[in-house]
Amino acid sequence: MSEEKNDRLESSNGDVSRRQFLKGLGGGIAVTGVLATATETETEAHPAPEPASASAVQRLRGKVRVRLNINGQEMTALVEPRTTLLNTLRDHLDLTGAKKVCDRGSCGCCTVLVNDKPVYSCMMLAVDAQGKKITTVEGLGTPEKMSPVQEAFVEHDALMCGFCTPGFVVSCTALLQKNRNPSLEDVKKACSGNVCRCGTYPHIFEAALAAAKKMRGA
Amino acid sequence: MKSFEFVNPASLRSAISTLASAGEKAKLLAGGIDLLGEMKDYIQQPDIVVNLKTVPGLNRLTADRRGLRIGPLVTLTEIAEHPVIRANYTALAEAAESVGTPQIRNVGTIGGNLCQRPRCWYYRDEAVVCLKKGGSVCYAVEGENQFNAVLGGGPSWIVHPSDCAPALIALNASVEITGPQRRRVVPLEKFFTLPTQNVLQETILESGEIVTQIIVPAPAAGTRSHYMKVRHKESFDWALSGAAVMLQLRNRRVAACRVVLSGVAPIPWRSPEAEAVLRGKAVTPQVAMQAGQAAMAKARPLGKNAYKVPLTRNVVKLAVLKTAGV
Repeated sequence: MSEEKNDRLESSNGDVSRRQFLKGLGGGIAVTGVLATATETETEAHPAPEPASASAVQRLRGKVRVRLNINGQEMTALVEPRTTLLNTLRDHLDLTGAKKVCDRGSCGCCTVLVNDKPVYSCMMLAVDAQGKKITTVEGLGTPEKMSPVQEAFVEHDALMCGFCTPGFVVSCTALLQKNRNPSLEDVKKACSGNVCRCGTYPHIFEAALAAAKKMRGA
Repeated sequence: MKSFEFVNPASLRSAISTLASAGEKAKLLAGGIDLLGEMKDYIQQPDIVVNLKTVPGLNRLTADRRGLRIGPLVTLTEIAEHPVIRANYTALAEAAESVGTPQIRNVGTIGGNLCQRPRCWYYRDEAVVCLKKGGSVCYAVEGENQFNAVLGGGPSWIVHPSDCAPALIALNASVEITGPQRRRVVPLEKFFTLPTQNVLQETILESGEIVTQIIVPAPAAGTRSHYMKVRHKESFDWALSGAAVMLQLRNRRVAACRVVLSGVAPIPWRSPEAEAVLRGKAVTPQVAMQAGQAAMAKARPLGKNAYKVPLTRNVVKLAVLKTAGV
């Protein structure tokens, strides 16, 4: 969605080709067929190849097929170099657990694990996320078989509207993978990159501490 | 964000030649936190984005008797958690830990932290063509300037956003810069430039040049350091005011020192005035306060940022006391 929106923005700036403009509008009946062939200059994008020589560069433009390792599965998507990991998850791979709110790396709703570390998926390009182990909130547990953190969020009523919840669950999970016995201060610090506009922080912190206790078997 | 070509260079040489031949049309991407933010807001609209992460060897961090060698792609989390840096280069670990959020520090790099662009909201507003974007006016002068500079301002009044830069300057760090023609090593203090020199950029980097290493000499015996940062919002924010302090104590007296401020000037602001107060003295609350006063003696606040003057005086005082363990 966002790319289409951006295409429209570009057209109003006057620095875009007529082709992209029509594609942005999305409804050009007579020209649709032509557009399809004209824009599908697909490139295979893999993690940096072994350099043939020191002067070698890999150039990715237009539509790019990215291969991503998400929740233990190899997935592919046809995106542009400018497409963020978040937009790829949500708009191309039907993984809508990570939420798009600020889209500027401030709110934390899009938090996913990349190589087991929490990152903002809105501030990482999909082409740049290849070759890494990506875990979204969907990869942590299911409604039938919740992870200890997810379960603790339910038990401690750690949400109000729920929109920030996936991000907090991922941040708390990352903390507990690193620190089995966190203090309240550790939890606050681990959640410092996530914002809850409803203000349910005390319950979130309680849930994280309870999940830690449960995971230690205490 | 505007569409662009994404380039994965296989070597430093090809990264530099790609950057140099494309000139203003290309931007270098490390962690991407700052650059993608600018591109989403159309502050930067490169045709080519050169990915530094495919260049081998730039994410190395070594700590030995000579000191630290930090590759530009080392993340802020790695620096903040490194046991040797925490013990012997404390100001740097504290500064790295104070940047952004866990999610930002896990991706954000030390090279990107030094080369990030200003946070002034006029600069960051897509609709405003301010002095730093080739316009003719610094809107902060008459505008909402509560977060702008009180030292070294003019003709632009941005403050430099880096926390790590003041800490590294306090620790006498240098940067290695590699470009199309040459490789040069420059004291980090000389890496940053005032708006009077070139209002469109904050560093001495020329076209095609890349920061390829940060070099921190091993601290002399008796050296301690600390970075203190005051923020508008405690959970995460840029500095309203901060101070990186390095003290080398001999027989309880200051044999050598550096005081470098963040959040108050267009560059990380070294204060020779505060250092002169401290040199040769035993650190007491009174001496620390005098250092704070000396640091801000030449401050010239704008309409809405006069609070930064007493704030910074006290930040310097507290940072000096904490460093000295008083």
